[in-house]
Amino acid sequence: MGSIAETLDWRGGDGGVDVVVRGAHALDPRTDLARVCDLVVRDGRIAQIADAGSAEAPAGAETIEADGLYAFPAFFDPHVHLRSPGQEYKEDIETGTRAAAAGGYCGIVAMANTDPVVQEPADVRSLRERASAEGSVPTGFVATVTRGMRGEELTEMAALREAGAVAFSDDGLPIVSAGIMQRALQYQRLVGGTILLHEEDPALTRDGVMGEGAVSAALGLAGVPAVSESTMIARDGALCLYEDATAHVQHLSARQSVEAVAAAKAAGARLTAEVTPHHLTLTDAEIESLDARFKMNPPLRTEDDRKALIDALRDGTVDCIGTDHAPHSSNEKDVPFEVASMGVTGLETAFSVLYTELVEPGVIDLGLLVERMGSGATLFDLEPATIAPGAAASLVLVDLEAEWEAGAEGWESRSHNSAFAGRRLRSRPVLTIVGGEVAYRRRSFAMRVAG
Amino acid sequence: MRHLLSIDDLDRAGVERICERARSFADIARRDIKKVPTLRGRTVVNLFYESSTRTSSSFELAAKRLSADLVSIKSAGSSVDKGESLQDTITTLSALGPDAIVIRSPFAGAAQLVTRWTDAAVVNAGDGKHEHPTQALLDVYTLLERIGPLDGKRIWIVGDVAHSRVARSCIRAFALMGADVTVAGPPTLIPRGIEGLGCRIRYTLEELAEADVVYALRMQHERMVDAFVPSLREYAINYQLNPRRLGARQLVMHPGPVNRGVEIAPETMDGPTSLITAQVASGLVVRMAILYEILAGGDVPRIAGSTPGSAEQLRPLPVGEPA
Repeated sequence: MGSIAETLDWRGGDGGVDVVVRGAHALDPRTDLARVCDLVVRDGRIAQIADAGSAEAPAGAETIEADGLYAFPAFFDPHVHLRSPGQEYKEDIETGTRAAAAGGYCGIVAMANTDPVVQEPADVRSLRERASAEGSVPTGFVATVTRGMRGEELTEMAALREAGAVAFSDDGLPIVSAGIMQRALQYQRLVGGTILLHEEDPALTRDGVMGEGAVSAALGLAGVPAVSESTMIARDGALCLYEDATAHVQHLSARQSVEAVAAAKAAGARLTAEVTPHHLTLTDAEIESLDARFKMNPPLRTEDDRKALIDALRDGTVDCIGTDHAPHSSNEKDVPFEVASMGVTGLETAFSVLYTELVEPGVIDLGLLVERMGSGATLFDLEPATIAPGAAASLVLVDLEAEWEAGAEGWESRSHNSAFAGRRLRSRPVLTIVGGEVAYRRRSFAMRVAG
Repeated sequence: MRHLLSIDDLDRAGVERICERARSFADIARRDIKKVPTLRGRTVVNLFYESSTRTSSSFELAAKRLSADLVSIKSAGSSVDKGESLQDTITTLSALGPDAIVIRSPFAGAAQLVTRWTDAAVVNAGDGKHEHPTQALLDVYTLLERIGPLDGKRIWIVGDVAHSRVARSCIRAFALMGADVTVAGPPTLIPRGIEGLGCRIRYTLEELAEADVVYALRMQHERMVDAFVPSLREYAINYQLNPRRLGARQLVMHPGPVNRGVEIAPETMDGPTSLITAQVASGLVVRMAILYEILAGGDVPRIAGSTPGSAEQLRPLPVGEPA
């Protein structure tokens, strides 16, 4: 598996200045690390994990006093919309990757449903160049599976891989035709790269705008049945097994979907799955407000679905957490629910929301959250960040005691369509190091240079 | 009550108060001079993003009977009904200082959104398939006038519940007033989870005889497109309200406009148990009562930009004095 910082594109990469993080409570479930210690970062790598207060700072190193803070391996988001090219009024590479750095991420993967879509090798190369110039964190770009995301003809997947596409996805739309899906999985033998799937059967979704159930019935909003998602997962699980191919199911929303993924995995299919912070913490009851900030696809569903998703995160049916960070302008959100654009931002709140709603109340362990926030890297054959001697130094310092109101100080993202805006959140990333370089630092958080 | 967006904005006492006031306006409506000065100097804007005959005309007349100044804007079919510039429209209209905005929109939640952008009181005259609270209030009033309190009365709402804002407001309102509500119709047109509003579900009319009141919903021709029903003929065979299905004491209601011969047989519609014409007449006095409730009832009237003391001189004149 490759290194995130060396494989994906970003403006850093020269290793930066050396750093000593003093007195942090380091926690890495992958290496069973859980201790208060000093972390010495030299030439972009973790050179030493020493007892607190004992590490010698290399000459000229910056010292980060991290008493009372936690140090986690930095996170990886397999599912982000950076909106470039074509919709830079919502987000671009610079603002989106800054939001990622602020959220504690050391790597993200950008979807291809831009305007125009990413489907030519030149599209991929141009995005990679932009990321090399502007990206605060390493960014991978996926290309579409089908031309124009129309679901009819495959893109030139080999050439796209050659240009550096990290995976393929028509995310935003399902691949409706089972025949095309099968061809894409067959072609994977030649080109590699997983296929990220937005699972939804338009014939069952119809004109649905929210999860089907008591709330949609009461509001008179057309509901999307859970089977719209789960029947497609079942289909693609069977195809993956038949073709011995790999695919990744994005943003699970329903209990039936969890069951479909579990069944496919149990049968031996090489299927992975992701869940978003909003599906893990919110339900369709939020939509009683008719506030379009809670409109996204797949939709929020019932408390029973939410519980199934949490169980799936715990038992490994869900492999990783992805935000589906989907920025939209206020023009697209401050409109009636039925006509509002679908999607919510997520990079800047993911950890805090999940810590506040799931870890602090004791629903899941902190270690599990940290692990699933980083494990998405493996979908792209990348090594998740880890805190170990010799590993690339990609870590996030988090103040678990911090309390803040989401959005009160503005956002790094260009768009403000957070489903959590205005909520009191507990815990906050204060500093993100990627490959030894400080990618983000909260203004209030100071450093000093050792003599 | 600041706004009327949903039946959920009201409690039972509030509904009774509105019906009581409507009754006093009905008395006035029988006089030679039907106009009262109650809302003199107030401005009501009617903003209709969907075509409407009954609702818009009865709101217009209600405002006029109360001596309010009235602006009616109908923009069905214009680009605004896509919701894009609702905010701009409301901001612009609000600069004119209306006291109330009555809005009909094809989109759920539009009336609620409007409250973000204006100081005016907002009345929901129908938002998508969500709610049509003034219709439900006039239906409650009509029933109270005809059969008295609704406690324990069995009311069946029959037909296309899925696409009906009237049904959603009526279920809420009838249940609030103590009635025992059943919705009935083809399974394709009864949304999953609707029982959460406080009603029972039936897919046939076999038990219709238990109903004191049967409320038919409009069955639109478009419903055949997405295979909700195979044909209007088959729908009529299974769900039409007609003399064969209805007893002599069972009252019949319909929000209009009616597809004669589809959801309801002509002889039932025009028969002695039909309250359909009474519903239309109730619409006027109930909407007068609603405008009174939000602009003059309860709290001191709130005039944008005025000091608290200056509202005093704008207190309404007593109801019933000729203008």
